[in-house]
Amino acid sequence: MEDSIISSAYVVSGQPHILLGADQSPAWASLQKSYDKIRQDIESQEADLILYFSTQWLSVIGYMFQGDPKPCWSHVDHNFHHLGTMHYDFKVDTDLAAAYAKEVTQLGFTTKVVNYRGFPIDTGTIVAQKLLNPDNRLPAAMVSCGLYAEKEETTMIGQAAAWALKSSGKKAIAVLVSNLSNRYEIQKIDPKKDKISSLKDDEWNQKVLEIFERGALEDVAQVARQFAGQANADMGFKGIWWLNGLCGESNDFTGKVYDYQPVWGTGAALVGLKPTKAVQPLSWDHFQSEEGSQAEMVKGIADRSAAAQAVLSSADDVNENFKEPPLVNRDSVNIDSLSKPSGKSKAVESLRCPEPVGAYPHARRHGNLLFLSGMGPRKRGSKEIPGVSLNADGKIIGYDVKVQTRSVIENLKAVLEDAGSSFEKIIDVQVFLTNMEKDFQSFNEVYAETLGKIGPSRTTIEVGSLPTPIAVELKVIAEA
Amino acid sequence: MAKGQIVSGVLAPHPPHLVYAENPERNEPKAECGWEVLRWGYERCRRNVLAKKPDVLLVHSPHWQTIVGHHFLGLEKFSGLSVDPIFPHLFRYSYDLTVDVDLSLAIAKEAEKLELTTSIMENPDFRIDYGSITSLHLMNPEWDIPVVVLSSNNSPYYFSNEVGQLEMMKLGEATRSAIEKSGKRCVLLASNSLSHRHFTTECEIPEDMSFEHIDSHGQYLWDMEVLKMMKEGRSQELLDILPEFIDNSAAEVKAGALTWMLSAMGVPSYPAEIHAYGTVIGTGNAIVEWDHEKCGGSY
Repeated sequence: MEDSIISSAYVVSGQPHILLGADQSPAWASLQKSYDKIRQDIESQEADLILYFSTQWLSVIGYMFQGDPKPCWSHVDHNFHHLGTMHYDFKVDTDLAAAYAKEVTQLGFTTKVVNYRGFPIDTGTIVAQKLLNPDNRLPAAMVSCGLYAEKEETTMIGQAAAWALKSSGKKAIAVLVSNLSNRYEIQKIDPKKDKISSLKDDEWNQKVLEIFERGALEDVAQVARQFAGQANADMGFKGIWWLNGLCGESNDFTGKVYDYQPVWGTGAALVGLKPTKAVQPLSWDHFQSEEGSQAEMVKGIADRSAAAQAVLSSADDVNENFKEPPLVNRDSVNIDSLSKPSGKSKAVESLRCPEPVGAYPHARRHGNLLFLSGMGPRKRGSKEIPGVSLNADGKIIGYDVKVQTRSVIENLKAVLEDAGSSFEKIIDVQVFLTNMEKDFQSFNEVYAETLGKIGPSRTTIEVGSLPTPIAVELKVIAEA
Repeated sequence: MAKGQIVSGVLAPHPPHLVYAENPERNEPKAECGWEVLRWGYERCRRNVLAKKPDVLLVHSPHWQTIVGHHFLGLEKFSGLSVDPIFPHLFRYSYDLTVDVDLSLAIAKEAEKLELTTSIMENPDFRIDYGSITSLHLMNPEWDIPVVVLSSNNSPYYFSNEVGQLEMMKLGEATRSAIEKSGKRCVLLASNSLSHRHFTTECEIPEDMSFEHIDSHGQYLWDMEVLKMMKEGRSQELLDILPEFIDNSAAEVKAGALTWMLSAMGVPSYPAEIHAYGTVIGTGNAIVEWDHEKCGGSY
């Protein structure tokens, strides 16, 4: 596939046992043998480099890229040092590292291209590189795994790799180094009797491998959270989001499970994915219109946004990380200096807004945040809906989404003001449209004139219908 | 042979920034200044501790994390270059250390008696983690006292804070027992910071102190509460509250070093001396000394 930036992709386990302990366990030996099949497969392909993402190379301040053209060291795994030493002498594509770092920098993340003698390359990358590319036939590129990154961010880091490859005019073999289930045996074991440490983990691993076998990379990425929760997948299985971002969030692959074995109780698999359509970078708009979940958004704010931290710092129950210490020995503590709002939830009702159509308030205050219920264009005490024309049977005969959107915004202002907040304090908006294709542009124009000037984060979703004959509904979170 | 004893216990955090700012010959990167309050605190603590002429420094660091039990360095000599995987631009340190293998093996043996899993690390290519190196350097930059390096078992991450605490309490008991039998004068270094939520960006000049502050007010309140307990000799209360502290301020003591040390010292009820508190990229760090020889009572 001439115009594809990815020749093929692999998910491999980076356990040192596969490289160093194959003689100790039939399971580990099997994995080493299967690794060799992948190596042969890679050698039959035309690619410019191997691009690695290992869940064992963790970064906490942005992202790191290996920038040493010839890293060379003798590495011993911190856990399984009894297996021996891994000597390595790799060849790195530092141009690609620089191009990749540039793309990630443009996304607003801190990046570091590391070129230091003795910088520790992680066990997983070493294992994979030594088994897949033992003679440095292809140069390697390596990016770190953001410890705190969630789905959206990790997917974008994968997509940034796609753009780096595109701008460099290079084709890569993509390798995700990650275990499936990651529940280790915590005692010494007989390697010959190694087994997946939990039946549930085993079942989940096999379910995920079935999806891989179908080549459905995007589907695996979608179930990653559930998989991680159920089977303690390696680093929340976030590596799959990187691979999925790099490979264009698609199921257009043929999949092959080369092997699946236990390594010290964990699930170690070797999977291959060959694109059936050329992989090309997606436009960034694609990502902006498919934002992550609400939970991710709130967590993201808590982790990174200094401005939002100020908001959240007193929202005790929103983010438990900001809970204050209990007042042990209150007599010796200046209570005033430690006292904060109770943080208990409080319902907000506005007499200027349309009556709810169910058992819910217009808003609920939680700590220092206001969570507004979904708001439509209806007006209080009136059956008429701005921007909606109905016939005698109550069927819609015409509507104007701009008028509806303006009415929604008036309603939002009223709730916020009645709650003691203001329109300017909105920090996040979810938009529900019943006809994205027809209405998005018009809606967006009104949005740009109003909320767009404030600049909250936004998610826009098309829905089948809304509870009343309306075309648009907004749900917002604001600072109280 | 006289009964061995723990002469001091020190909460000895390991931000590599402190070594970087000090400009020791062994570290490649050089700084203009930085984090002086913490470094001065380390200097004061170091004077106290080294004046006791200890035979061994024992360090428990979260950056040698092990899954299968508790590991100990088991060769007499280790040398190499420690490069911090997160801050390689600050910390590339040439180390050359001597291990008290006898004491290491003795602690492992005592730990096994308490049904802890142990392992002795005997691969000469093994690279010592930067956390251990940093705490050891800051406490004894001359490196002229043998060390025992213990790994950090990851049970609190794997199971829960409470399970991790129980493991570390046992490891502390094993450590105390082995030390008593060894006849040696020992210093325990708990290589942990306090609150550990940190910035996700860096400023251009790492030692630019105008950038430095606690990551959040909640963290600061927690750190102060915990330090107050240390200062008032309320170690048991501190251990009781530790899981909550860990959860609410992402405290690094989750890794167990502080629990190990307090357990080894019999959960001291005398006041600790706080030599310094300061932040490093938003995390809370304190250098706290328990003068166990003077105040411990049991020896």
